[in-house]
Order: sequence, then structure tokens, then C-alpha cells
Amino acid sequence: MADTPIVMREQQYHQIKAVLAKLRLDSSARVAFLVDKDGQQIAVHGDVSTLDTTSLASLAAGNVAATTGMAQLIGEKEFPTLSHEGERESIHISVIGRVLLIVVFDERSSLGLVKLRVKQASVELASIFEEVIRESSKKETAEASLFAEITDEDIDSLFN
Amino acid sequence: MTFINYASREINCKIVYYGPGLCGKTTNLQYIFDSTAPQSKGKLISLATETDRTLFFDFMPLELGTVRGFKTRFHLYTVPGQVFYDASRKLILKGVDGVVFVADSQEERMDANIESLYNLEENLQSQGYDLMNIPYVLQLNKRDLPNVVPVPDLAAELHRKSEPVIEAVAATGVGVFDTLKAVAKQVLTELRKS
Ligand SMILES: Nc1nc2c(ncn2[C@@H]2O[C@H](COP(=O)(O)OP(=O)(O)O)[C@@H](O)[C@H]2O)c(=O)[nH]1
Ligand SMILES: [Mg+2]
Repeated sequence: MADTPIVMREQQYHQIKAVLAKLRLDSSARVAFLVDKDGQQIAVHGDVSTLDTTSLASLAAGNVAATTGMAQLIGEKEFPTLSHEGERESIHISVIGRVLLIVVFDERSSLGLVKLRVKQASVELASIFEEVIRESSKKETAEASLFAEITDEDIDSLFN
Repeated sequence: MTFINYASREINCKIVYYGPGLCGKTTNLQYIFDSTAPQSKGKLISLATETDRTLFFDFMPLELGTVRGFKTRFHLYTVPGQVFYDASRKLILKGVDGVVFVADSQEERMDANIESLYNLEENLQSQGYDLMNIPYVLQLNKRDLPNVVPVPDLAAELHRKSEPVIEAVAATGVGVFDTLKAVAKQVLTELRKS
């Protein structure tokens, strides 16, 4: 059987959004973005009108997966942060347990500043996410029944 | 793994197309991409070599509509088929919710199918999954070619459990959506159980 689903509630989602908003502001970044290690986006803050966040999430997860694979080949567990600096736009990725925090920034910020602020935000995000995981593994009647009610017709109707 | 977001009312699932090199995995995704309305899909990303062989993965997000008020989004991935890319195949199976095995029906690809299926079982195991317990579909592709193994023989050789077996010509789209539907259905049915 596949892993138990991760279930994110309204309240935790807003907590995460608030941390991302603060991080973006404090680091003068363009975008602060949280995705899970499988490449699914969780929350994003910043100007994403011109950014394909779905593709970015998947590629960042692939990137982390690949570098973690490399780390293990040389006897490390993982590389906790990755950064890619371009001529104008840059990306910083940090691994926080099962999730990845991605910051996109340009010349208005700097890698040093981003690293500093990411460190602070990581602590908060880690604790919020611990709670998400803890609650996901609990069976809650409301949700259980919500999905238990999915019928074959519901599923068929997706493919019309 | 399935990700349910109550705040944005979304369900995200990951489906991986597996199979030997050149069996038609990318062609499956390409057909889905080409026949889906722009608002339901994101970009089709191919991390390919210069000779057009999949290097790391192909990726395509697909929105199928809503179930019980939740937007269902499927993330479709393919793996590189060549034997020497095993490390990247393992990575892509992380967090998988459903697998499609695309078999190449041509006689001369029989050994490649068997080897790839064996490799799938092994790699799933190394990630803590069991093929017997995850949503799974067997697609018999390239049914349009002259030198194909008869369906019953191919199915007998490759089927692992009571998975749906779907004949396909991915190049023209035959069976492509039936395959996706069969695996998506199992993934959503799993949610019902969890
Ligand atoms: N005749 C035929 N060719 C196919 C079919 N599906 C894929 N192909 C061709 O097989 C080749 C390899 O397909 P591709 O999707 O790149 O394989 P992948 O390595 O599994 O991603 C391409 O030239 C496709 O056009 C099919 O159903 N029939
Ligand atoms: Mg391919």
C-alpha cells in the first residue's frame, strides 16, 4: 500500500502562508515556496504571475532527489541546502524533513541574507509540519467519511 | 503520496509510467498532453538527452475535475528506460500513488519487458512498496505493429495480479485514456479506504 496521505488543514495552511510571507519580506525575495519531496506544491507566497510553480516544484524535488542520491554515494545522508545562482535570478532550496523550502530571489537580495532568513523560517516550518504529519496519521471521522463517500460515478465523471 | 489540502481543496496524486526503453511511455504522456484542454494541464517537461531519450523524467500535471468539491490533480511521470539509469528510476518511484507498466508488444522486446517489470518490482521494494498492494495497470502497447505477441500470451507472461490489462496504440491514442482512467480510479479508491 502507498504511504498514508498527507492532510493539510486550513489553520496549518494559513500558518505556513504567514511564515512564507514573512520570509519573503525579510529576505527581499521574489517568491517563497514550500513543496513536498515528491514535488507537490504546498503553499507559495510572492509574485508568481509569471512563474510556472507546478513545474518548478517538480523540478526542485527532482533536483533534491538527485543530489541526495549523490550525497549517499559519497557517504553523506543528504545535502541540506542547494543554491543555484544565475546572472540575475537565483534559487535557494533547503530540505526541512519531508518538505522543501524554495526561495527565488534576484539582485535586490543576496544569498547570504536568504540563507540567514531561511534558517529562521525553517525552525517554524519544521514544527508546523510535524503537526501536519502527526494529524495526517490520525484517522478523523469527518474526513474518513468524506472520502468514503466517493462513488464510482464520481470517479467516472472525471473522465467525461 | 497523495496530498490532500483542505485549505485549497485539492487532492494531488503521483502516477508513474514504467517500462523498457522505447516502449511508448513518453508517447502516452504526449498524447494526453495534446488532447487535454489548456486550462487542465501544465507544461510537459522532458528531461531528455540530445538524442531524445528520456534522461531523468518526463513530467506533466493534469487536472481532471472535482470529486466531492476537491480539485483532483494528477502528476504524471515517466522513467528513463535504459538499464543504466536505474538510480533515477528509483528516485522517481518515491511517493508514488499508482504505476502504469507500459509493455512493448513486439516479439523482440519480450525479454526487455520482463527485465523491466522485474526491475520495477525490485525498485518498488527498495522504496518500501509492494507491487501487489499498489494501484497498478498493465498496458500492452504498439498493438498496431505486425510482429506482436498475441494478447493472451503477453498478458499471461506479464500480469502480476488481477490488474487491468489494456491494449494500446499510444502513437494514435488508442487505450491511452483508458489506461489513465484505470489507474486513477484505483488511486482514488485507495483514498476511500484510508
Ligand atoms: N507503431 C507504434 N509506435 C509507437 C507506439 N507508441 C510509441 N511508438 C513509437 O516508439 C518510439 C519510442 O516511444 P517513446 O514514447 O519515446 O518511448 P519511451 O522510451 O518509453 O518514452 C517512438 O518512435 C514512438 O513514436 C505505438 O503504439 N505504435
Ligand atoms: Mg521516454
